[in-house]
Amino acid sequence: MTTDTHKGKKGDVLLEMKNITIDGFSDEKWHPIIKGVDLTLKRGEVMGLIGESGAGKSTLGLAAMGFARPGCKITGGSIDFDGHDLINATEDELRALWGTRIAYVAQSAAASFNPAHRLLDQTVESTLDGGLQTANAAQSDARELYASLQLPDPDNIGDRYPHQVSGGQLQRMMTAMAMSSRPDLIIFDEPTTALDVTTQVEVLVAMRDIVERFNTAAIYITHDLAVVAQMADFIKVLRYGEEVEEAETRQMLSAPTEDYTKSLWSVRALEKPENISNDTVLEIKNVDAAYAGTVKVLHDVNIKIARGTTVAVVGESGSGKSTTARVITGLLPPLTGETLFNGEPLPPALKDRSKDQLQRIQMIYQMADTAMNPRQTVAEIIGRPLEFYHGLRGRKKQDRILELLEMIELDQTFYDRLPSELSGGQKQRVCIARALAAEPEVIICDEVTSALDQIVQEGILRLLLRLQKEYNITYLFITHDIAVVQAISDEIVVMYQGGVVEQGPKSVVMSPPHPDYTQLLLSSVPEMDPDWLSNLVDGRG
Amino acid sequence: MHPILGTILQRLLLGLITLFFVSLIIFSAIEFLPGDFTQAVLGQAATEETVAAFRRELGLDQPAYLRYFNWVGSVMTGDLGTSFSGRASSGVDRSRAVVDLIAPRLWNTLFLAGMAGIVAVPLALFLGVTAALYRNTMYDRTVNAATLTTISFPEFFVAYLLILFFASLWPVFPSLANVNADTPFMERVYKCALPALTLTLVIVAHMMRMTRAAIINLLASPYIEMAKLKGVSRTRVILRHALPNAWAPIATVIAFNLAYLVVGVVVVEVVFVYPGIGQLMVDAVTTRDIPVVQACALIFAATYIILNLIADIIGIVTNPRLLHPR
Repeated sequence: MTTDTHKGKKGDVLLEMKNITIDGFSDEKWHPIIKGVDLTLKRGEVMGLIGESGAGKSTLGLAAMGFARPGCKITGGSIDFDGHDLINATEDELRALWGTRIAYVAQSAAASFNPAHRLLDQTVESTLDGGLQTANAAQSDARELYASLQLPDPDNIGDRYPHQVSGGQLQRMMTAMAMSSRPDLIIFDEPTTALDVTTQVEVLVAMRDIVERFNTAAIYITHDLAVVAQMADFIKVLRYGEEVEEAETRQMLSAPTEDYTKSLWSVRALEKPENISNDTVLEIKNVDAAYAGTVKVLHDVNIKIARGTTVAVVGESGSGKSTTARVITGLLPPLTGETLFNGEPLPPALKDRSKDQLQRIQMIYQMADTAMNPRQTVAEIIGRPLEFYHGLRGRKKQDRILELLEMIELDQTFYDRLPSELSGGQKQRVCIARALAAEPEVIICDEVTSALDQIVQEGILRLLLRLQKEYNITYLFITHDIAVVQAISDEIVVMYQGGVVEQGPKSVVMSPPHPDYTQLLLSSVPEMDPDWLSNLVDGRG
Repeated sequence: MHPILGTILQRLLLGLITLFFVSLIIFSAIEFLPGDFTQAVLGQAATEETVAAFRRELGLDQPAYLRYFNWVGSVMTGDLGTSFSGRASSGVDRSRAVVDLIAPRLWNTLFLAGMAGIVAVPLALFLGVTAALYRNTMYDRTVNAATLTTISFPEFFVAYLLILFFASLWPVFPSLANVNADTPFMERVYKCALPALTLTLVIVAHMMRMTRAAIINLLASPYIEMAKLKGVSRTRVILRHALPNAWAPIATVIAFNLAYLVVGVVVVEVVFVYPGIGQLMVDAVTTRDIPVVQACALIFAATYIILNLIADIIGIVTNPRLLHPR
């Protein structure tokens, strides 16, 4: 098989999936995951596949390769890939197509590269296994791909191991790996979801250019409509395994016909009136901090937080956002500097703080899953701080737990449930209730909505705002998501490489002129405009 | 210097420190043994003077800490001491250096362990990898059942079964493995066949199951799914993508089993009347021949430490995160 024999003309149908049904196995029985979806893709076209988690986007994307994950099975329909019947194909027939004519780019590049092999060997593996090129030719081609994907030191980067390059570089590396055999079709499965916005822009540009250059067809799976708008010619919206609508990208953004499609960017519609106050409740002064006394991760950080307001801390991963939270809570005593609470300095280390001081600052985490003991019921989880801080027992404790459940908009039936019986949003609500149970003045929210879908995010943010209004709670809200910042904050702190770039009211920070880094960060947030990426690239030169 | 070398030197040092503590434990454990050599040899009827004289000759009259330091001091210079048996007080001095007693026995044990290891390790790896490759098939179940059966029987039972079939009913191998220093190599291999086979059957299951488990454990990893979706064949997925990441746990289990071959095979030695170090140690314990017991225990401890050290090193050099730091 040489590279060009199977390349048809642009505009020919490459992939045709008809009435696909897929079942998944859970709770001891099979449930439908995909309920009769059609999908047609022509050569050189990029389709966006969008929906919340559980909508079946990845399952459908993988089915386009004729693959079903363990615990899933394709139960009906037909898949025709350039004359190959993928439903009835044998394992060997499928394997002959995978990696050579259909390639896959996974969500987490860090987990999807084999830690034991050099990147270059992995990049050309399919090309060599398929006998498409000689080792030397494939390797020099891979180096050219690295260069066109803007990877640093393209001649030598392939000699490194996966752990030796950054997440954004790995994601581009994976695109190079998919492209090595010049496939007809690439499935991109949430390839930028795990990346910072500033990194995401670079990866998006690189992927879009290379797909265009080689006229490769692609299915781009994501939950972020703004991202897919930059990549796709047309978009298909999925919900509960069914198609909601399909339309050309521009039309979808300007005039979505379905309400559900509009709700996909609901967080962007949420906006909070700015509330500025001078009543400082928490302040950190001149804080320097380091892990295990080695590399400094915070340099001279100063943040002031006013009572009853939300201060959003934004920045990319590694900017020191979470470390700041650890300093405030006492989990990481700072090298120098201090934390003032209501004007009084707090002991730097957690173990030196009184119960009263502990009670006033609570924390909610990104991964609600790992922040709860899987063997404890909701009542036990919420009841623990009630007992510990307020000495409540028996009937009183039970009443208070029910009250808290009501505050987080869950009914009494949740009292005896285990975390495994809750959805992602419900788990995060229970974590909020646990923080509320202590009756704190300040709650530190560390990326609490990052793992959630847009609609669920919106619900959690609305809940937090309502609680703030009713109980005058102060939030320190750590996030990398600018849409969330818009929705919830009164003041914004921008952090970069362990230092504060700027702090000010939302209206000031979000409007120009910006310091350089804030400018880069804000301009990297994808907008609901198909031309946004192109304009951005032109603008940055 | 490569950082790995530093780590290895550090582990080596830790091993020596461990050995030092083990020597303390060995010495105190023997101190607590009831009875002593003099009483065992001279019997109940011996007069107090004879016992005292004998104890003086053996150095047993000195306080424990002095004896400990003397022992450790001479071990460090390579001198394992002199056996208590056949000392001058019993008439003629026919006592032998511990080294002379142990050396031929240790060589026999290492020979048998080596023979069993050379067969068992590759066999276990092969069975483990193929069982992972064809997991949940008849082949996998058969291999699992067979190895589990052999490990479930006591060693002596496996040994007697083998003797029954291969020495008695169908006599291809000798039932006694009575070798000595002059036995030629091929005859030695022939005589050791049944004991080596017994040991192989006993240790293969553990290693094979660990290999299978370590590989299957990795098959749920995203990079394995990625490899499949790259069109990599099943065999290559296992050999190229799973196995290289599975060496650390496999090496640990292999080290453990090889150590067992050196230190834990006294039962098999007894059944086949094989002159190994296990029997020597049991005999020495019976006669309270303290220098020999101590030397054997120390050699056993060193075996464990060295083999575990090697497993650690394999774990390090097969982990690119450690071998090629950022």
